[in-house]
Amino acid sequence: MSVLYLAQIGTLALIQTLLATGLNLVMGYAGRVSFGQAAIFGGAAYGVAIATVRFGMTPLAAAAVGMAVALGLGLLFAVATLRARGVYFLLTTLALGQVVWGLAYRWVSLTGGDNGLPGVPRPGGGIVWSFADDRGFFLLALIVCAAGVGLMYLLTESPAGYALRGVRDSESRMRTLGYNVELYHASAVVIAALYAGAAGVLYAFYNGFVSPQDLHVSVSADAVLTVILGGSGTVLGPALGAVAMVLLENWLSSVTSRWSLILGVLYILVVLYAPRGLAGLRLKGAARRVSPAGR
Amino acid sequence: MPILQLQGVSRRFGGLTAVNRVDLEVERGERMTILGPNGAGKTTLFHLISGEVPVSSGRIVFRGRDVTRLGAHRRAALGLRRTYQITNLFPSLTVLQHLQLAWQSLSGAKYQWLRPLRKYGDITARAMAVLEQFGMDDRRDVPVADLSYGEQRELEIAMAVVGQPELLLLDEPLAGLSPAESGRVMEIVNGIADGITVILIEHDVEAALRFARRVTVMHQGAVVMQGTPDEVRSDPRVQEIYLGQDAAGARPV
Ligand SMILES: Nc1ncnc2c1ncn2[C@@H]1O[C@H](COP(=O)(O)OP(=O)(O)O)[C@@H](O)[C@H]1O
Ligand SMILES: [Mg+2]
Repeated sequence: MSVLYLAQIGTLALIQTLLATGLNLVMGYAGRVSFGQAAIFGGAAYGVAIATVRFGMTPLAAAAVGMAVALGLGLLFAVATLRARGVYFLLTTLALGQVVWGLAYRWVSLTGGDNGLPGVPRPGGGIVWSFADDRGFFLLALIVCAAGVGLMYLLTESPAGYALRGVRDSESRMRTLGYNVELYHASAVVIAALYAGAAGVLYAFYNGFVSPQDLHVSVSADAVLTVILGGSGTVLGPALGAVAMVLLENWLSSVTSRWSLILGVLYILVVLYAPRGLAGLRLKGAARRVSPAGR
Repeated sequence: MPILQLQGVSRRFGGLTAVNRVDLEVERGERMTILGPNGAGKTTLFHLISGEVPVSSGRIVFRGRDVTRLGAHRRAALGLRRTYQITNLFPSLTVLQHLQLAWQSLSGAKYQWLRPLRKYGDITARAMAVLEQFGMDDRRDVPVADLSYGEQRELEIAMAVVGQPELLLLDEPLAGLSPAESGRVMEIVNGIADGITVILIEHDVEAALRFARRVTVMHQGAVVMQGTPDEVRSDPRVQEIYLGQDAAGARPV
């Protein structure tokens, strides 16, 4: 395996880590499963592509556009799901995701429709290597991802982070303690959107090409699987899950064309045999003790 | 002025009127007991006061303010706290974290996203003080799932008193406890600092009558009578609907 190849799948793992780390705040800490993260990830990627390819903006300005798209979509998701719980939350996010996906297909003049938007330039400059070199871009992604995971640690350990856990465990109790439950849910959704946005921006620059595939529900499902595989509700779980997912996809897709089926089976196995994910295996003894009372 | 006034408060669930035109006044510093058989509407009345369930009709005034349409968290911010008949804790959190959540809700800290909770020394200190008061300081790092049922009931109360509320609603704190545990929890309830107005729902008649000077008796959603424990004991209507039942029916503990 060449260094270049490692840098390439490493970059994909880092992007997946960012996406899943944000989603984990909603899934693992606030306790709702979103199936719409692809819309925000892909939306930000399209923001970058449209800004650079259609409007000739600089990569830095385009990154800002991508993040603004993510923020806007995050707010939209937050408002739309303000009172949606459980399966209603899942279905609302899924539906919104499909709307954004359909929009990318239909609005051909802006998005290029089915053909997507090729020719997204990478930012100038570099770290050791130029960002145009996949090794340089890997280091850029590594820095962004490390900052994102570090920030997530602070968020989850903060008073508001513990309030999110409280909301996950008992909304009614949190309300009568004086917490605005909707505000915490909305905050988690918006923060997750910003992580999905950062992942989408990096992806657009890395891939140089954005298509409706990047908005597809399978991207959302992969993100959910990454969180579950790594261990939801743990800060490093999504990173573990992302590495495992990228390696598996890489390996499986080279030996069989049915890798998505195998991932589906894997998903079921994880849910059955390691419900706390890879991060949970390590803590097996301790995990049993902190498992919820309502068994 | 009473700290809490209910005026014609009703709550219907479909065809069932769970709470039926209840008028109630509770004076500041008072301890009141609400007594009534299962299904009388006591818990629903607490949901209406706390704001978790909206009223179908009627008006609720808390601390001189009409809170009928105020959300539960806003009422909590005005100094209202409650416990639950069915233990309602955070299964994944430790004892200390429960009290930290209860205390930080009173300050702006609950909106802080960037500084670890454990670095808020004042929140931890206040949480530990309450744990000591309840004799649970040695259990601080225990996940609540590992507490005994009695300890979980005590933690319910500890979380509610952490911020010195103006009005405390206790929903059957003795439910499911052994006689020894009941005694201990009643001691805690009786010892809750003065200045807190307490409304206690209790199924155990003797415990209920011992706690308060004024008792409100509910039956089928409505207030049947109000009076001193002695008046309640001797009231024929109460005997009929509640005390008159055999001991097994009246004291399920
Ligand atoms: N959410 C609800 N939906 C439908 N019926 C309810 C609901 N909550 C309570 N009830 C009904 O209202 C009545 C009063 O219940 P509750 O307030 O729990 O009584 P208590 O606490 O006095 O035992 C019962 O008949 C109960 O079944
Ligand atoms: Mg009840």
